[in-house]
Amino acid sequence: MNAKNTSSPDHIWDFFCSLKLTIFTLLALSVTSIIGTVLQQGKPAEEYIREYGQANYELFKKLHFIDMYNSWWFVALLGLFSVNLICCSIKNFPRVWKFVTQPLLVAGDGTFKNSANKAQFTSKESAKSLAPRLSEVLKSAFAKPTLTDVDGSLNLFAQKGIYSRFGAYMTHLSILVIMAGAMIGTIWGYKAYVNVVEGTQTSQVWPRNGSQPIDLGFSVRCDDFDVTYYAGTTRPRDYTSDLVVIENGQEVLKKTIEVNDPLTYKGITFYQSSYGPAGNGSFEIEVTDNKSKEKLAVNSAKGQKNALPNGFFFSVDDFTTSYDSFGPAAKLSVVDPDGTRRSPFIILQNHPEFDERRGGDFSFALKGFKEPQYTGLQVAKDPGVWTVWVGCFLMIFGSMSAFFFSHRRIWIRISEENGKTQVQLAASAHRNQAAFAFKFEELQKQIEATIENKA
Amino acid sequence: MSTHTILFKIILICYLVATVLYLIQVVGRKDKLGQIARFSLLGGALVQLVGFIIEFIQVGHTPVTNLHQSLSFSAWCLVALFLFFDLRYRLSVMGAFTSALAVITMFGSGIAPRAVEPLSPILNSWWFPLHVSFAFLGYAAFALAFGAGVMYLLQDRMLKSKHFSGLYYRLPSLDTLDSINYRALSYGFPLMTLCIITGAAWAESVWGTYWSWDPKETWALMTWFVYAALLHGRLSIGWRGRRAAIFAIIGFGCLLFTFLGVNLLLNGMHTFDALNGHP
Repeated sequence: MNAKNTSSPDHIWDFFCSLKLTIFTLLALSVTSIIGTVLQQGKPAEEYIREYGQANYELFKKLHFIDMYNSWWFVALLGLFSVNLICCSIKNFPRVWKFVTQPLLVAGDGTFKNSANKAQFTSKESAKSLAPRLSEVLKSAFAKPTLTDVDGSLNLFAQKGIYSRFGAYMTHLSILVIMAGAMIGTIWGYKAYVNVVEGTQTSQVWPRNGSQPIDLGFSVRCDDFDVTYYAGTTRPRDYTSDLVVIENGQEVLKKTIEVNDPLTYKGITFYQSSYGPAGNGSFEIEVTDNKSKEKLAVNSAKGQKNALPNGFFFSVDDFTTSYDSFGPAAKLSVVDPDGTRRSPFIILQNHPEFDERRGGDFSFALKGFKEPQYTGLQVAKDPGVWTVWVGCFLMIFGSMSAFFFSHRRIWIRISEENGKTQVQLAASAHRNQAAFAFKFEELQKQIEATIENKA
Repeated sequence: MSTHTILFKIILICYLVATVLYLIQVVGRKDKLGQIARFSLLGGALVQLVGFIIEFIQVGHTPVTNLHQSLSFSAWCLVALFLFFDLRYRLSVMGAFTSALAVITMFGSGIAPRAVEPLSPILNSWWFPLHVSFAFLGYAAFALAFGAGVMYLLQDRMLKSKHFSGLYYRLPSLDTLDSINYRALSYGFPLMTLCIITGAAWAESVWGTYWSWDPKETWALMTWFVYAALLHGRLSIGWRGRRAAIFAIIGFGCLLFTFLGVNLLLNGMHTFDALNGHP
């Protein structure tokens, strides 16, 4: 941008240090990011082709729009951003470091003349006796001052909040730390998933983008899975899995995980993420023979043919957990002794008496439905995550100190001229001047009072 | 009428009264009215706070899971943050802007559907109230920056065209507006940073990924970038006044989309449907 003549290394350096580049990359990152929020990322090819057509899909693929946040050009933009960040910091840091190593202990005439916060007093008292008392005032009202004697004039200097000069650098560093953490996670970590059926165990998980399973080096068993629902609905309130970690045949860790509360073993974390039915369930059905009033309990799988008295049969053809507002329901059909199938009917678990009204030889009641579940686990290994959190803490402290605190400095010069003692006062804050001006006014009054007390 | 509706109406009336009084004060320069307006605003905010606490206890989670609650909470954050700023600046024009915006937001909240549906178990976490509080306070701070920016541009235009309407004498000086703009940004930016970080920590505890380029995350990051650019322009290049005001307005546009556009138009885990457990 700035560098029209890039042949000189100075120009290249200036280019990478320039704030215009910072603003350009920040805005470029923002604008390009829009693509990924409008175009869904990482979907199968067919979905894009169905929605946008083959030609557009090819174009998206060429421009890496389908996985844009991992594309070379987006990563390059982030790289440019980091280089800019590093260069800017290298360029400006020495200037800030000077505030720490070489504080301005003695202010010049210019400072006393041009500061936004300044004052001047005269006193008959000697500089030598005034200096300790003013020093005391500064110490109690602001910060402990340093005394420097320059050719008979006594100079007091006090400062506060010098660390706030580093807030911006801490924030910049934090961004680099977070990016480093993200890179560690990408290189040495993985995101995977695994479905474990209740009562079984697994030692392999499936990465999200890849077909080869990853060996955990230990096994995870799911002893039990549970869902609780909001009363009267099929909305899950919470779901939990009892997990056991088995290593070398030994149970080494047991934990009930739930949404928001994962299990971690050897840097690998298992998150409760989904669940579902695993294979055939079993229906508990109570059959009443309407002639003899005899009751009969039958356990049946879906589609299984079950014998009834007098040569009849019945089967459970279908099941749903919510039939309109009636709750769980099953579709049954009865087969006559001569082999003709009668028309199917519905029975409701929450209304067991419902089927009696249908009439016929038998009435049925659904007592329960037991189905083994699988628990869906997200599996993540991210050795960079703590680096990211350290970066986040740095960022919070950095941005707070950059915005809410300022480096405040006060200089006092006490000099004797023509038998009179002159006291000059100057102060500056590198941020939030308005608030500091109030403080300064108070301090000024205190100093004036201190001088007059003995005058 | 339920307690909720009664409280809602009381709050709306408080904010409406404050708006009217502030406007009269701005136009008619009656300082007494501004003082009453301030108390009306404070009263409304306190009632609303009590309402939130009641609702929190009743439903057992932070009440910001549908549009009705979200808008109402954002109105509260706006008023609360303004009252905080008001301790320093005492500007009736900002008061008029804030209370009017709060009234509009509360009206929006009143129209929006109120049904509280059962929540996805993901929201059963302490990160939830932290995350949304930072988000909404950040939104409020940026809204104030936006207000100051708009007034700056109005004032600037009148100065440049040398055409001074009555409004000119009632708006604060350019310097004051510019300083409010910066102060609001300097609160908004750290708040938004905290919002993104708490969101990342929460996502890590639920899905094992602190960042997944969900549309809301991405838009929040984009907005963060825009404000970061603005702050660098201000602090290091010395942008002031007009350019800073325009940027604050653009930033707020991005923010509005992050808040409402993403929830209503795009898909992802921040939509109200997803919050209520519909995939």
